[in-house]
Amino acid sequence: MGVNGIGKSTLLRTLGRIQPELKGKITLDEKPLDEYAVKQLSRKIGVVLTEPLSTRNITVSELIALGRQPYTNWIGSLSTTDREHIKEVIMLMGLDSLKDKKCFELSDGQLQKALIARALAQDTDLLLLDEPTTHLDLYHKVQILKTLQQVAHKTRKIIIFTTHELDLAIQLCDRMLIIGPNSQYFGEPCELIAQKNFDTLFPSDLVRFDASTGTFKIQ
Amino acid sequence: MYPSKTYITGFLYLGLLLVLSLGLNISLGSVNIPFGETMSVILGGTAAESSWEYIIWEYRIPKALTAILAGASLSLSGLLMQTLFRNPLAGPFVLGISSGASLGAAMLIMGVSLFGGVAILGFTQDISLIVASSLGSFLVLLVVVVVATRIKDTMALLIIGLMFGSITAALVSILSYFTEAEQLRQYIYWSFGSVGNLSWSQLLLLSLVVLIGILLSILSIKSLNALLLGENYARSIGIAIRKSRYLIIVATGLLAGSVTAFAGPIAFVGLAVPHLTRQIFNTTDHKVLVPAVLLYGAILLLLCDTLAQMPSSSYVLPINAITSVIGAPIVIWLLLRKKKMIF
Repeated sequence: MGVNGIGKSTLLRTLGRIQPELKGKITLDEKPLDEYAVKQLSRKIGVVLTEPLSTRNITVSELIALGRQPYTNWIGSLSTTDREHIKEVIMLMGLDSLKDKKCFELSDGQLQKALIARALAQDTDLLLLDEPTTHLDLYHKVQILKTLQQVAHKTRKIIIFTTHELDLAIQLCDRMLIIGPNSQYFGEPCELIAQKNFDTLFPSDLVRFDASTGTFKIQ
Repeated sequence: MYPSKTYITGFLYLGLLLVLSLGLNISLGSVNIPFGETMSVILGGTAAESSWEYIIWEYRIPKALTAILAGASLSLSGLLMQTLFRNPLAGPFVLGISSGASLGAAMLIMGVSLFGGVAILGFTQDISLIVASSLGSFLVLLVVVVVATRIKDTMALLIIGLMFGSITAALVSILSYFTEAEQLRQYIYWSFGSVGNLSWSQLLLLSLVVLIGILLSILSIKSLNALLLGENYARSIGIAIRKSRYLIIVATGLLAGSVTAFAGPIAFVGLAVPHLTRQIFNTTDHKVLVPAVLLYGAILLLLCDTLAQMPSSSYVLPINAITSVIGAPIVIWLLLRKKKMIF
């Protein structure tokens, strides 16, 4: 979490090697990130980005199937295992009724689910999502984040996402990283509240963190 | 991709259409040869007049095969460019390939008069025209590849390709300004495009290059599908973007460059056929689209060539104009009907 422009997405994209690191070293499984071959890394990290798909004329199941590319042969034929994975993910994300729909027919929430399903089909230990709940209403925000929480707990995957939904994140995340201009805090949400770390999240002239409700109040 | 729908009926129809339009193309021409006679000649028999055999074997069949090769490879390179640049308006010539070829041809035809080469007049034969235009398109392609190594953004590459097109077009205008009418006419004839005039050995060379281009495209199918998501996503599912981009550019260069060298610039086919194909095959999977555009392109150019030939008359219209006159209204009609460009 952090204010606009603090570098949440930059951090996330750097972790996913979508952009080069400005400083420092990132290691994954004790191996520097830049020593992974593109294909190798694609079996380690799955991503959901904020950028739109190049084409929306693709069906949900075709989209999800592309998540299996790290495992398919030179021409991209799906094996039985691939098909099982895809089926599983479609069930998990509740996309069964939408699987033959084109992406341009979907609502924002449905599209986001399909994109997450694609990343899940990639079957990586680590999942990076850049603002997966923007443009969604409260119900669908909760739905997406709740599903992510279930997936993380059930499949033991690490799911990292950036968000502006403070109250939802406090309730649903196992750990949070708060990025401020001068300080970063990382820990379980209740620890962070107890240590008053949320107070530094925004400049204090307009809003103030209320520890008893876990939300920001207007000054 | 998934689900693995079968598009067998679609392919059967296209295959049938290809055979039909091939038959139509070969049996129609400036000389009236009865259909039965044409068939017997094709099947290795003899015709009532021996000149007919010559016309069919030495003119019509090579021409039909050239039309197939040209239509198929222009359409495939159009598909490659539309996916690579994620732009429904991209065609085989966005990288400046055809303008490179035009510059090559213009330099040869009109440069001759500029540099006062009476002695080089013998040069301006078909074969040197082919060499010059391939050199031209290859040079432009080379520059584009060099630029591609420096530029990460594919959209910038698209614009640079268009700029190269403008530069070469301007150079051609300057050349034509200083050129005698006779040479200018020769150049304009080249720019009309023609699938005739290819000898069997030239045809062999063309099909070899086109075959390599098709093979490279088949090797790119997986990355083409991944590119549908955008470059960052494609990289995240294990596609080496730079390498696949080269492969696609080189394939396009071979496909569009070789056809332009042999048959002149043929407009529109490469832009339109991928869209027409997407109307029949409702998929984005390149495993289906690649063979489909090959077939569709071949059919379309065969039919256009049949028309350009103006059956039973001695006129031959420029095929470059026919493809646009026929093709553009089809695309407009499709858009009006479907109200959106499927991409």
